[in-house]
Amino acid sequence: MSATALSVEGLRVDLHTPGGVLRAVDDVSFAVRKGRTLALLGESGCGKSLTAQSIVGLLDPIAEVTGGAVHIGGTDVLTLDHAGRRELAGPVLSIVFQDALTALNPVQPVGRQLAEPFRIHKGLSRRAAKAEAVELMARVGIPEPKARYRAYPHQFSGGMRQRLLIAMAVALGPDVLLADEPTTALDVTVQAQIMRLLSDLQSERDMAVVLITHDLALVAEQADDVAVMYAGNVVETGPVREVFDHPRHPYTKGLLDSVPEHAVKGAALPAVPGSPPELSAIPSGCVFQARCPLATARCADERPRLEPSGDGRATACHFTEELSRA
Amino acid sequence: MITFLRRRIVSSAIPLVFVVLGVFVLARLTGDPVNLYLPLSATEEQRAEFAAAHGFDQSILAQLWDYLGQVVRLDFGESLRTGQPAGEMVLTAFPATLQLAAVTMLIAIVGAVLIGSLAAYRPNSLADRVASFLSMTAASIPDFWFAIMGVLVFGVSLDLLPTSGVDGGAEVWVLPIATLLIRPFGVLVQVVRGAMVGALSAPYVKVARSKGASEKRVVFGHALRNATMPALTVAGDLTIGLVNGAVVVETIFGWPGIGKLMIDSILQRDFAVLQAAVLLTAVTIFVLNIVIDICYALIDARVRQPVAA
Repeated sequence: MSATALSVEGLRVDLHTPGGVLRAVDDVSFAVRKGRTLALLGESGCGKSLTAQSIVGLLDPIAEVTGGAVHIGGTDVLTLDHAGRRELAGPVLSIVFQDALTALNPVQPVGRQLAEPFRIHKGLSRRAAKAEAVELMARVGIPEPKARYRAYPHQFSGGMRQRLLIAMAVALGPDVLLADEPTTALDVTVQAQIMRLLSDLQSERDMAVVLITHDLALVAEQADDVAVMYAGNVVETGPVREVFDHPRHPYTKGLLDSVPEHAVKGAALPAVPGSPPELSAIPSGCVFQARCPLATARCADERPRLEPSGDGRATACHFTEELSRA
Repeated sequence: MITFLRRRIVSSAIPLVFVVLGVFVLARLTGDPVNLYLPLSATEEQRAEFAAAHGFDQSILAQLWDYLGQVVRLDFGESLRTGQPAGEMVLTAFPATLQLAAVTMLIAIVGAVLIGSLAAYRPNSLADRVASFLSMTAASIPDFWFAIMGVLVFGVSLDLLPTSGVDGGAEVWVLPIATLLIRPFGVLVQVVRGAMVGALSAPYVKVARSKGASEKRVVFGHALRNATMPALTVAGDLTIGLVNGAVVVETIFGWPGIGKLMIDSILQRDFAVLQAAVLLTAVTIFVLNIVIDICYALIDARVRQPVAA
């Protein structure tokens, strides 16, 4: 088994809002090994993007990490100062954002933005950085990279922009790459191309990838492991195949049941009833109790912790035993 | 770029034609120069002679035709007051106004970019609140009041600065520039701050930070250029306001610029000079607008290039 590239332990993120402090990410733990992909799966607002932004240290001012550790190569990056984080940003740890149009600077030629990591971290001259950037553009499949070096983001299609953004993120061959919904804004065929590119780059550079998404199909195709998030908590983790074939958490089970392929033709599509709790009204017991078909009095009183079951999986549910037998 | 410029020039030239016509009509609405220049006791013959000498006896259309012909030849006639060619008078006065406007805007833009960026870097910090309060105050102070208070305090009570004229060293510049500066500076700080707050929270700023860019690089390399567009629009507008006379300041401080010349010619019904002055101002604004458009295109490729897939 290859070495752990990134491990997140007990991460907590609070939001400072006018209405008070809200806990948006609560006790989130997961680990990714070199060359492997972990999917952080969850609905919008479940805290998966905040988790990613905490790892790279790019939280908005209203959000604050209030607990936990993020280990990369033996260092807890949460304890680093600004300069220390900047040294890691690019060569060690990198992120691909969702919306490639706003993530590229509209008034700078794309080539310059691609050359920036080489200028900052390797101290290359303009000319040398340009050569690297052009090579990178060719690698991610931008046609005529030399000519397109001076083009601006608005002159590229959505898929091409996402390729540029990925190129920028992998420029220095980071150990850990976070991809925050990298294909959400793209149509399906382009989405497949982008994911293939991402996989190729991953095996080329032996990167650990954290894929943040709400797309079950994408997780099934791309990820080795999955961490299912609900209302700021990780409710289930494990190898994708096992978790998807035999979910041990009622939320995971509900999600998988709602996939159209599993539904009976002609019958109404099963859905998880209700909606996730507001951050200001997270119950004290299990976060999923209000929507859970199995909920009992115990679930209202006691929050289940994410308990490893010894087979590489972990679940946060009082009924794990029953569900694993099913 | 060439097509872009040609289109901009043609579309800005149309208002210029209306200005040329408007100046002619409006100047004649201010009163009859014959009554103003000749004493009350002047005889009818004297009046007719004066009118004939300056073309006031002809029909308004004939006067307009003469006027347009002169404008095309850049001949604006002679001043009723001094007898000098009007064009020459206006061109002599213009550099004084331009100098004042240029120095003022230079200080305002550099200062506003620095202070606005500083304030936007940490929204709601102490620095931000101080900058916002002071710039709001500066933008709200009436310039004529500020000018008179300046003269009263620094010119009369403290006797530190001259109160009018252009003879002397750097000290003659202080009060006029301070008066002209205060509003554009306040407005620009607010605009730069607002635009920078927006730019600094944009995703591409996060991306720049995720590449390990220094804060200096993030603020001045990535955010500022995006914040320039709204600031440029307002700065252009404010510059036009300054060139467009600086009438109040030039009158109060006896600055021999085009604003003072315009006021004097209005009071004296000196049509030729007034027309030349307004026209020169209009041409300056026309040129400024094109310069601003060129700046837009240089800063943002989206302005000059069509979108392509």
